[in-house]
Amino acid sequence: MKAIEFKNVSFSYGSGTFALKNIDFAVEEGEFVAVLGHNGSGKSTLARLSNGLLEADGGEVCVFGLPVSERKNLFEIRKNVGIVFQNPDNQMVASIVEDDIAFGAENIGVPREEIGERISFALGAVGMEEYRHATPTRLSGGQKQRIAIAGVLAIRPKVMILDESTAMLDPRGRREVMQVVSRLNKEEGMTVVLITHFMEEALMADRAVVMNRGAIVMEGAPAEIFERHEELETYNLALPRIGYICNRLREGGMAVEDTLDVNKLAEEIAQCVSKRNI
Amino acid sequence: MRIKAEHLSYVYNASSPFATHALNDISLTIEEGEFFGILGHTGSGKSTFVQHLNGLLRVPSSLKKYKPKKLKKGETPPPPTVLQVGAFDLTDKKTDFRELRSRVGMVFQYPEYQLFAETVAQDVAFGLKNFSKEKLTDEAVEKAVRAALEVVGLSYDELKDTSPFDLSGGQKRRVAIAGVIVTRPDVLVLDEPAAGLDPLGKREIMQLLHRLHEEWCKTVVIVSHDMDEIAENCTRAAVFSEGTVKFVLPPSELFRHSEELIALGLDIPLTAKLCLALEKRGVTVDCDFTTEDFIRRTLALNA
Amino acid sequence: MLKDVTFGQYYPVQSFVHRMDPRLKIVFLIAFIAAIFLAKNFYGLAACAFVFLLALAFSGVPVRKVLRSVKGILFILLFTTILNALFYNGETVYWSWWIIRITKEGLIFTAFLLVRLFLLVMCSSLLTYTTTPVALTDGIESLLTPLKWIRFPVHELALIMSIALRFIPILMDETERIMNAQKARGADFETGGLAKRVRAIVPILIPLLLSAFRCADELGDAMEARCYMGSKNRTKYKKLRFGWRDLIGFLLIAALVTGVVLMGIYLGAVI
Repeated sequence: MKAIEFKNVSFSYGSGTFALKNIDFAVEEGEFVAVLGHNGSGKSTLARLSNGLLEADGGEVCVFGLPVSERKNLFEIRKNVGIVFQNPDNQMVASIVEDDIAFGAENIGVPREEIGERISFALGAVGMEEYRHATPTRLSGGQKQRIAIAGVLAIRPKVMILDESTAMLDPRGRREVMQVVSRLNKEEGMTVVLITHFMEEALMADRAVVMNRGAIVMEGAPAEIFERHEELETYNLALPRIGYICNRLREGGMAVEDTLDVNKLAEEIAQCVSKRNI
Repeated sequence: MRIKAEHLSYVYNASSPFATHALNDISLTIEEGEFFGILGHTGSGKSTFVQHLNGLLRVPSSLKKYKPKKLKKGETPPPPTVLQVGAFDLTDKKTDFRELRSRVGMVFQYPEYQLFAETVAQDVAFGLKNFSKEKLTDEAVEKAVRAALEVVGLSYDELKDTSPFDLSGGQKRRVAIAGVIVTRPDVLVLDEPAAGLDPLGKREIMQLLHRLHEEWCKTVVIVSHDMDEIAENCTRAAVFSEGTVKFVLPPSELFRHSEELIALGLDIPLTAKLCLALEKRGVTVDCDFTTEDFIRRTLALNA
Repeated sequence: MLKDVTFGQYYPVQSFVHRMDPRLKIVFLIAFIAAIFLAKNFYGLAACAFVFLLALAFSGVPVRKVLRSVKGILFILLFTTILNALFYNGETVYWSWWIIRITKEGLIFTAFLLVRLFLLVMCSSLLTYTTTPVALTDGIESLLTPLKWIRFPVHELALIMSIALRFIPILMDETERIMNAQKARGADFETGGLAKRVRAIVPILIPLLLSAFRCADELGDAMEARCYMGSKNRTKYKKLRFGWRDLIGFLLIAALVTGVVLMGIYLGAVI
């Protein structure tokens, strides 16, 4: 079943230029899709259209078959599609972690006893059990984003959209969040849409989509997309440093394959070097 | 200007139960002309140190109300705190801290959020007018603002009357940097200058900092989490942890301590990760941890 | 660091008083204030003081902390003391000059008033020392619940208070950051006349307002995305529960109010 489906969708913020133009895009249930693009490519608009925070000007957006344009569907759709936003501070309503996580569950009318269970489950899923009674001001950026994820999990959605949720984090925080997201997809079967400008993160996805000027310009397995690095550069996306190193080594006559994995590249270099020395 | 700190300590909320030692007897010298990196986690003391450099935080002895502590009998006095930026003695009450601020420019994280004026030109001129002792002529202001905007890669004629809030994110950050360097400071300190930018934006900002280092400010100090940024760009870097300085080394030597850095919970640059992984497989790449040097030396092994 | 200044003045320890139900603590404070004003003689006030000292002893809050709360109104205290001592119309005159008359009744009345004010302020501060702002908000919401019958937006009010509590430290932090950034650009907030100082606020105020709007905008989106649609069909996770501590508190306060009223009737009135 298609979790999210965009049929010929266009959207404009009203200044005449299109933020999205005739987009066709679908996410299957259980899939992990990465949406890549530089700032202003339209990728965040995609997230807001998916749960009715914005309404399409043309075409149709459906979530599990329900059209987002019908107001009566909105509640049902938002229960199924959770979004984690960019700024860790600006998406928490309460001053105590467990109260914040409870917020979504309270909104959809979960009985009180069950909310407690859901909080435990959600905190467990993001590895933050011991922070249940903490105040968010004392947490690191990565921890705050994990709490934001837990807040979404407490609603038990089928789809989670991460709208540049790692952009403001340091490398450690980014790693923490990506581990949680990847585990949710693999072990809990959560459908994930990861919107990012870090290509390394896109590697964890089943499929990657590249956006430029409101249109989808590339689509495929992440590894395939990274092989087309010249094309990526035209969309203002820089190849991860490791990809650049692979390319340069190959240009210099070393037989290494394209990879974004440190150990794999080290293995290949070691093999090349040892062949030379025999 | 040379930056020299010795026995520098700083305590937040000194007289309350929440007292925290943000800096604990650190010593660190940054030479004139360096492109210096400061590393460490949030709370490691790096921001506290950096905010001393232009007097946003003060050594107690430089405050008007400071009275030296009386020593008990038999107590040896603690070693004296030294904090100098060029000729400015930051431990002295008589130091002109305003003058210091105009010589040490400071760009905070997400500097675009401090823009406020109606036009780009007005915003950039803000610091210039604040610091100048006599009233500047319109021509002098225009000249300085034009130069500052142009060195950060923006056109004065196109943007001078634009509202800073109508610019793109990358442009806003450039305008904010122009607003700091417009006084031509000798030292430029930047806290996470590339935070939140996409990879291309990051690359452009780092290029800009190199241009500033060459043409505009003699010494550049960046605070960063991004080890690749440090490895590629810095002459030397200091690693802060729990209020102390653990290492002060050029990147080519610093990242030979990769295991210790990882133990401190810090990241290491990609080149260092590759070197470690290769080392395990019996291959030694003796590089200075810049990408180019790594590639060159790896290819040399293959030749 | 501004964010370390806790909003309010919560003193973080675990004590008997800390663990009491916030709703009851608010009610107790109101009852206690009532008792202070019902007290007509020093016996009544002594009873109030005794209850207050008992509460203080079981609160784990240092005495100097509570005393410090009086500092804020020291000027008012001094002012009323002097005024009352000098101008009260009593019969037993100790000393008089022009319109000034120091009388026995005046001195007694002043002492009475002082004790009342001290108790009032110290007891109110004890509530904020032992109850987190969040718990206070919950308590107020719960106490106001009957007002829902007259369509008073109790839930919305409580949500606004709780969001305000959440964002005050964030905006304080932001203010500090913006101030530092503008100081680094030579802004001067400390010197100059009123007009200059007001003008100096602009470079802080505008970025701060923009920041607050951005916060509000993003928070609104995040709340909507988490299915917020007002109080309809909403459940509540935290429910306040009375415990044995609350029962003890209740008995004590009830005894105090009754005692004070009885003492007022049978032991004569000072005022």
